[in-house]
Amino acid sequence: MSVLVNKDSKVIVQGFTGKEGSFHAQQMIEYGTNVVGGVTPGKGGQTHLDRPVFNTVADAVNTTGANVSLIFVPPAFAADGIMEAADAGIGVIVCITEGIPTKDMIAVKEYLTGHKSILIGPNCPGVITADEAKVGIMPGFVFKKGKIGIVSKSGTLTYEAADQIVKAGMGITTAIGIGGDPIIGTTTKQAVEMLMNDPETEAIVMIGEIGGGMEAEAARWIKENGNKKPVVGFIAGQTAPPGRRMGHAGAIVGGADDTAEAKMRIMRECGITVVDSPAVIGKTMAEVLGKVVA
Amino acid sequence: MNIHEYQGKEILKSYGVAIQEGILAHTAEEAVEAAKKLKEQTNTPVWIVKAQVHAGGRGKGGGVKVATSLDAVKEKAEAMIGMTLVTPQTGPEGKLVRKVLIAQDVYYEGASKPLEFYVSVLLDRAKGQNVIMYSTEGGMDIEEVAHNTPEKIFKEAIDPKVGLQAFQARKIAFNLGLSGEALKNMVKFITSLYTAYDAIDASQFEINPALKTSDDKIIAVDAKVNIDDNALYRHPAIEAMRDKDEEDATEVEAAEFNLNYVKLDGNIGCMVNGAGLAMATMDIIKLSGGEPANFLDVGGTADAARVEQAFRIILKDPNVKAILVNIFGGIVRCDRVAQGIVDAYHNMGNINVPIIVRLQGTNAVEAKAIIDNSGLKVKSAIQLQEAADAVKEVLAGV
Repeated sequence: MSVLVNKDSKVIVQGFTGKEGSFHAQQMIEYGTNVVGGVTPGKGGQTHLDRPVFNTVADAVNTTGANVSLIFVPPAFAADGIMEAADAGIGVIVCITEGIPTKDMIAVKEYLTGHKSILIGPNCPGVITADEAKVGIMPGFVFKKGKIGIVSKSGTLTYEAADQIVKAGMGITTAIGIGGDPIIGTTTKQAVEMLMNDPETEAIVMIGEIGGGMEAEAARWIKENGNKKPVVGFIAGQTAPPGRRMGHAGAIVGGADDTAEAKMRIMRECGITVVDSPAVIGKTMAEVLGKVVA
Repeated sequence: MNIHEYQGKEILKSYGVAIQEGILAHTAEEAVEAAKKLKEQTNTPVWIVKAQVHAGGRGKGGGVKVATSLDAVKEKAEAMIGMTLVTPQTGPEGKLVRKVLIAQDVYYEGASKPLEFYVSVLLDRAKGQNVIMYSTEGGMDIEEVAHNTPEKIFKEAIDPKVGLQAFQARKIAFNLGLSGEALKNMVKFITSLYTAYDAIDASQFEINPALKTSDDKIIAVDAKVNIDDNALYRHPAIEAMRDKDEEDATEVEAAEFNLNYVKLDGNIGCMVNGAGLAMATMDIIKLSGGEPANFLDVGGTADAARVEQAFRIILKDPNVKAILVNIFGGIVRCDRVAQGIVDAYHNMGNINVPIIVRLQGTNAVEAKAIIDNSGLKVKSAIQLQEAADAVKEVLAGV
């Protein structure tokens, strides 16, 4: 088991022949991900990285049976790319693209309510199931196989957490980078729920940051569902000045859940083991699970 | 991106939102000319001189003054242009006033009493839709209203499938206690306001106050307009409204190098790859007894040229007593980053503060050796905790 992606996932890359798409597709293939092809409109029929290129996602799905798509399309066209993947029936859409206008994402979110696809991101590092499938831009070698799931808004902080988990003698089931944009496809709560329901995952690392109320929502869900698995949490931005990235009217709608302090307090109240320092995520997880750190 | 009140009003007006009219002035002389012209256009008996800076709460800091004669306009504009305006939002250092808006009086007497409302449009992140927030308590600090009398704040969510509907605009007008002409004008105001918000990819509108005049017009007396940075590429005319004078000079320079830098008040600078890890690194600095001097995300590439640019930006701040470099090398190799740091250090030649370099990931051990053998005043670390301890050590020696 695992969540979202595994060794049987058939992965296509949208923006396959571009610089980013090519580089990361190659890395994914080397990791062992089952990349079955890619999409670049106008280049259909060509071969790239020994795999077929298609004009449309629908063509790729019909020919290869792809069920996961990774999107590297530039910001102005990324919303269109996500909707095309959903329309073609892709089950898991992972969008790496940073800088998509919020208005486009409002439309995407609305569009997806009529489809069965799960969207991860945008502005995220992707999803990796250790030793099975890497669908994203993360360094694969960091994620050794184990029993800890990770949910995180941030890229490098996910790698940091995974590395600490591995150094503390444990490993990773699936790491889900949900993305740092105001509107994302899969929330912290939804990602945590997937890992809670995954029999292989024994404990969860939940990494958030300032802004929005997703971590509080996830924390409350964890408590309401009986804290079935241990969760170690961290919120980045305890020292971030207020108002630099968020308008103050926005803070009203989000309620008082916006600051790192508030989120950490709510998480603690909900039974999550919250660390103040990002340097002790691995050590703390080992302690929580009663393991002796070498 | 933030824009000035006068620019925000210009945009609103172009979408049919009624505004308090005004003319921009950069000097006292221009202010007098503006006042004369505005009198011809609007027949206003007095003028409001409004400082144009990117900060709210201007009235509290002396940035909004009434002038009853042309001489008074000159005198008040003269005093305001060049002053450092301190408001609750500028911090103690304040903001230099470079221009003023000469605006018409809209609180004139008439058949009914003028009433101030609060209207804003913003994104509800959790729902993924826009929401119009409004209140009868206009002209006040809305956070205080939300805290003390939350029942006086109303929200109207906009369904992205169909956009704002007429019944919603009517509901807002009724909830604000309006009737007759004022109600009709509020419906038009809300409708035009939301059209503008949607059309220009705004990330926030705040109209405080939105005024019902004594003759039942509804007008925007102030306008805080923020635009979604990610959408600026499709609004070149609005992008051209950027006023770099209002931004921190070092932040502007950093942006030219594509470095995501935010200046803070602390004593330990930092250079990190990734926004989340950058915030986490700031937190580590604080937990180690220091205060972060900046946020800096160098992104995916950290070669010598880029490291040098980052160091130069960080060191422009005289408060910086040490720099913590924290790179998690995934795709980027740590030994390359280490060589970049050593090269940058040699190129600059005059770095007088201790540097702590934490490189973890691909080739971290080789990277540490490069740093340790460089002969430079640089402490190396691999584990994040080692870096935190090094910050403590450095602070003890400062």
